[in-house]
Amino acid sequence: MVGEGILKGMAETARNFFGSYVSKDRLVTLQYPEQRDPRIERARSFPFLVYDGADWQQGMRCVACQICEKECPPKCIFIEKSKDKKPDATGKPQFYPATFNIDISVCMSCQICAEVCPFDAIKMDVVTDLSSADRFASLLLDRQRLAKSDQYYNSIHPTEAAAVDARRAAEQARQAAKAKAATEAKSAADAKLTAATQAQSETGGPR
Amino acid sequence: MTHFILLAQQLDQIFVLAAHRLLSDLPAAIQPLCSAILSVAAIIIVFATLFAITTWLERKGLGRIQNRYGPNRVGPFGLLQPIADGIKSLTKEDIVPITADHVVHFLAPVLLVAASFLGYAVLPIGRNMVLVNLNAGVLYFFAIGSLMELAVFMAGWSSRSKYSLLGAMRAIAQMISYEVPLVLASIVVIMQAGSLSTVSIVDLQASYTEIWPHWFVFTPWGFAGFVLFMVAATAESNRSPFDLPEGESEIIAGYYTEYSGFKFALFFLGEYIGMFATSGMAITLFLGGWSAPFSFLAWVPSYVWFFAKLLAIISVFIWIRGTLPRLRMDQLMNLAWEFMLPMALLNLFTAGLWHFMAAGSLRWLVCSTMVVVPCILLSRGLKHKKKFQVRTYHYSE
Repeated sequence: MVGEGILKGMAETARNFFGSYVSKDRLVTLQYPEQRDPRIERARSFPFLVYDGADWQQGMRCVACQICEKECPPKCIFIEKSKDKKPDATGKPQFYPATFNIDISVCMSCQICAEVCPFDAIKMDVVTDLSSADRFASLLLDRQRLAKSDQYYNSIHPTEAAAVDARRAAEQARQAAKAKAATEAKSAADAKLTAATQAQSETGGPR
Repeated sequence: MTHFILLAQQLDQIFVLAAHRLLSDLPAAIQPLCSAILSVAAIIIVFATLFAITTWLERKGLGRIQNRYGPNRVGPFGLLQPIADGIKSLTKEDIVPITADHVVHFLAPVLLVAASFLGYAVLPIGRNMVLVNLNAGVLYFFAIGSLMELAVFMAGWSSRSKYSLLGAMRAIAQMISYEVPLVLASIVVIMQAGSLSTVSIVDLQASYTEIWPHWFVFTPWGFAGFVLFMVAATAESNRSPFDLPEGESEIIAGYYTEYSGFKFALFFLGEYIGMFATSGMAITLFLGGWSAPFSFLAWVPSYVWFFAKLLAIISVFIWIRGTLPRLRMDQLMNLAWEFMLPMALLNLFTAGLWHFMAAGSLRWLVCSTMVVVPCILLSRGLKHKKKFQVRTYHYSE
């Protein structure tokens, strides 16, 4: 009979219409800004700079080596190296970025900067609500807006951050051991040298 | 009891009485003019508001049909969404193609809106509530309705874009094709009523046998005519499943590809206002206009019934839009010329037979058979006629 399929279809849509008022399971829409899906841990948006401790300028891990700037495919990073050095978290004097800008309207979120950084200073962020009425200034992030604490990094990428922290700790321990060995060797050498000079003075020295 | 009836009557005529009171202080010379202006303003405000409500209702309804929420951000239940949409389209840039015929490009949406509003002049939206009681009201309505095709063609032609022009040609082909069954389906009512005046057509239907009304839709020819009229009206107002001219998902916007901002919104408005007008005409012709569906409900003001019926028809339009996929161009044309036109012509004979046969169950049986059997045979025949050809490609093999 003509129109049978139409009536069937209309019954189906009517069932959907009234069903959506009765059962909440039918409405799968997430009310976005208020409700959000749980974030995937490996999600990434744009890079940010990690700092240790409380003060972002003091604890900045970045030493302005400019590797990320050179590697960045769309060339969205701009770094200016400082003239002076300042002590980093371990107390060692280091250069620091006098300017560190990332134009996130250009950035393609490739994560290459984070992968090439030997200091674990630049990592990928997860914020996505970055829209603004201003096309230029609000999308050019300077070093203050890029700086985010190590705790924040641990909270957004816990697994990855734990590995980074372990690696950094091991590296620091290795450095400390090396320094210790060096000082020991130096003191041993000094002792040897003093012993030798002593022996020399006792024997009267080479002629 | 008499008090109650008096109150109901006053409530029914409240707008008519208010207009009289308002105009009675004016000098007699300008009274007709002011009366006309008042009625026109009322019609424009009421139906523009109905348009706003309908856009909200449509988005909500379609959303629920697809298990979504629909608009729910602006105001409670998203009720202020139409206002937000209006502000948005008003503040948008109005782009006119540099090669376009500027005057015609500007006039097309204006003409469309004007033409779609003109039809309301003869629609009785309540007892004694009609702008002009033309003795050729139905004829006037369809004549004005075909002005919309002119506006569509003006839009397509003046844009000087091949997409607009092709879209306009498709739209006009569709609108002209469906105007034939639209008018033929309404002729049965004119035959029965013996009048072209919309007011007398409604008056004829506003009487009752026991509690049942004498609406034309409750006769075999009236029912067939109503269904044919509604299908043709859907196609006439370019609504799904006949929305090929617009074709949101395939072609960009058909004849109004080159329109933006408020002119685009005017096309939207014109289309919806036209749809309400045709639905109002269907109510007037087949569903008893402003008359109550049962005699014991006759105390409810007449305009309430008109708008209740109009909202019911709009809901069905939305429901259909949420259900049916778009037709193909050849299916569209075949439906108009091979199915609806023969059915509408046959319906004229059914109505004639109904007029000359004595009232009774025999008349019902014969006339119902005359509607149902050809409908089944025609649809079967058209189904069998379908042949699938093996398509050969000359260049790609």
